[in-house]
Amino acid sequence: MSQPVYLSSSPHIHSGETTTKVMHAVFYSLLPACGVAVYFFGPSALSVLLIATLGCLATEAVCQRLMGQPVTIVDGSAAITGVLLALNLPPTSPWWLTLLGAVIAIAIGKQVYGGLGSNPFNPALVARVVLLISFPVQMTTWSAPAPLGSGLDLVTTATPLGEWKNAVMLTGKMPVDLQGSISDYFLGNMAGSIGEISALALLLGAAYLFYKRILTWHIPTAFIGTVILLSGLFWLINPGKYPDPIFHLLTGGLVLGAFFMATDMVTSPVSIKGMLLFGVGCGVLTVLIRLFGGYPEGVSFAILLMNAATPLIDRYTRPKTFGTLRQKGAQ
Amino acid sequence: MKLKTFPGGLHPPDNKFWSAHKPIENCPMPDEFIVPFAQHIGVPAVPAVEVGQHVSKGQVLGTAKGFVSVPVHAPTSGEVLALEPRPHPSGVAMPAVVIKPDGEDRWIDGLEKCDPEQLTPEEISEKIRAAGVVGMGGATFPTHVKLSPPEEKKIDTLILNGVECEPFLTADHRLMLEETDRLLKGVAILQKVLGVEHVAIGIEANKPDAISLLQERCKGTPFVVEPLEVKYPQGAEKQLILAVTGREVPSGGLPMDVGVVVHNVGTAAAIADAVIEGKPLIERICTVTGPAIKEPKNLRIRIGTPLQHLVEICCGTVEEPAKIIMGGPMMGSTQVDLSVMTTRGTSGLLLLREQDITGRSEGPCIRCSRCVEVCAMNLLPTTIAAYARRDLLAEAEEYHALDCIECGCCSYTCPSSIPLVQIIRYAKTGIMEQKRKQAS
Repeated sequence: MSQPVYLSSSPHIHSGETTTKVMHAVFYSLLPACGVAVYFFGPSALSVLLIATLGCLATEAVCQRLMGQPVTIVDGSAAITGVLLALNLPPTSPWWLTLLGAVIAIAIGKQVYGGLGSNPFNPALVARVVLLISFPVQMTTWSAPAPLGSGLDLVTTATPLGEWKNAVMLTGKMPVDLQGSISDYFLGNMAGSIGEISALALLLGAAYLFYKRILTWHIPTAFIGTVILLSGLFWLINPGKYPDPIFHLLTGGLVLGAFFMATDMVTSPVSIKGMLLFGVGCGVLTVLIRLFGGYPEGVSFAILLMNAATPLIDRYTRPKTFGTLRQKGAQ
Repeated sequence: MKLKTFPGGLHPPDNKFWSAHKPIENCPMPDEFIVPFAQHIGVPAVPAVEVGQHVSKGQVLGTAKGFVSVPVHAPTSGEVLALEPRPHPSGVAMPAVVIKPDGEDRWIDGLEKCDPEQLTPEEISEKIRAAGVVGMGGATFPTHVKLSPPEEKKIDTLILNGVECEPFLTADHRLMLEETDRLLKGVAILQKVLGVEHVAIGIEANKPDAISLLQERCKGTPFVVEPLEVKYPQGAEKQLILAVTGREVPSGGLPMDVGVVVHNVGTAAAIADAVIEGKPLIERICTVTGPAIKEPKNLRIRIGTPLQHLVEICCGTVEEPAKIIMGGPMMGSTQVDLSVMTTRGTSGLLLLREQDITGRSEGPCIRCSRCVEVCAMNLLPTTIAAYARRDLLAEAEEYHALDCIECGCCSYTCPSSIPLVQIIRYAKTGIMEQKRKQAS
């Protein structure tokens, strides 16, 4: 033997899948939603997207430098946090607010816990909620869509969920005419945060992740299914006060949250049973916050609360080890 | 029709095309054989020959010591050149007999042919033990031990393992195609000894020729051929039993706890030779393959043939191999060099090139749960590994580390390239050590 051979413990082959490939696929899957946002909200949405993404990358690099760790921004995880943060912000967020959000997401939401894989909470949602509580005015100033080429300017308005909440607070009833139709909601022609408006674009991205086997159906189905069932129940009891399940599904951050935020691998359970429980919990909390809480939207809070419950869920939903469950046919 | 299988597992590229179509060739004799005394699970054999002595083919070189042990035999006639430690597949030098063939290849006197019908199960079992038959799938557990289950364990099913789910390996496939007679005779003997009613031959669906041939040959017999879904590790004992019978071997238990005994198809063929022909186990089928081998082949090798000789018979290497693996790429063991000898468990020799094994750097766990998805034992590999890394062995055991069958699916699939199964092996060793200490 002229050259030394490699000695190692089996297995000696690998699937070739890498974390970076997974992250890049998630990044691509968000592009349709980004495209729709830029179409409806123009350059202001684009600048929020760019500031958030670059802000996250820069913060990650600075944190890792300060801690004397290798800089791993090429792995794509910080970029995803940036895009997800932008998708959760109003299109008119001022630049400083977006940048502050990016710093909070990476520094406080991720790096203080030890970086990739160690954070208990979804970093983008941590940033969104910190901003929402600290800067309520800027974070709840929404714009009506002004499609590219329409010549319209962005005009301040309420989101459909906000509109409903206001009406119920004031009159105890559904508003007489909510703006927008179901097809507007589905395509994204409504007020809302940058990424939540178009269910169609989000579903396209999710389909790609399903195809790449990065996303499994468990969390999104349990989450959305629970919201539909529970909100449907309230709607059946009092349709004059509570909106129907389709409205719940399409007007807020549910689709974005269920497919892209709740499914964050790091902060959700690892077993199938755990994922289903996690999704149901997200769904229940979302409906309760939307219908009875102070905020019109509850998806972010619901996911963060369930993130906190993830270690507990993991602990109590351990898969039954082979040979400990059934003894079928044992003689 | 949906084929039977088990939950979990994955589909590594099977790479059987290198050798699946190649008929078995008899491997010419090497200049010297190196026959180790330790080539089965259990107590190694005790030397029974001296340096300078002439031995006949099939003569006992080492005698069994205790119940879980078997004798080893001379692969050909010739002179004992040395009794000394030689490089062994386990990674260290182990005592071995070095034999220089005399070219006559003369069998030892007194081999008696038998009709298994005339023998009692105990007599058959003794013949199998005396012939040195062990599990030929690679585990090398002495076969006679599995044929004598305790009274209270009622065995009702015998499963023949012809799954061969390891990528690259085609030895069992060729054996089923070309040595069908020997195989079926061995199965009949096993059925008689165990006194079982149900006999199933499990074969992965990627060997349709073997499935149809055996189905044809099993017509009119009680043997059932079970085509199984192509999925790794379908050939692992517990997963095979679940697929074929729907029974789950209890955690920490043995197949006999659910009334099943599993034997490899190669073992059945060796049993036929041992009982009917009276011949000891001195040869086996071995796949020599991989991108670094010039001419991949399925060889009938004498046990004790050095790996170097197998490579020469396969026309050498395309380039210097970067990894020498005995067995398949998922569970095989790497060898230091080609001076190592083959044993009864050598189902394959796989040579990989530098580009086939590109090193990968490990990243943090992103809890993607792929290892959980593919785990054939339904464990949480990433959790066990996290505990094991911190030497929290009690916690690792609590998470059933000892149930791991080390199939390697978790490490194969991990996008962060965390050596999960390797860390779990470390945990298992540590836990077993603690148990031994507590016991003593």
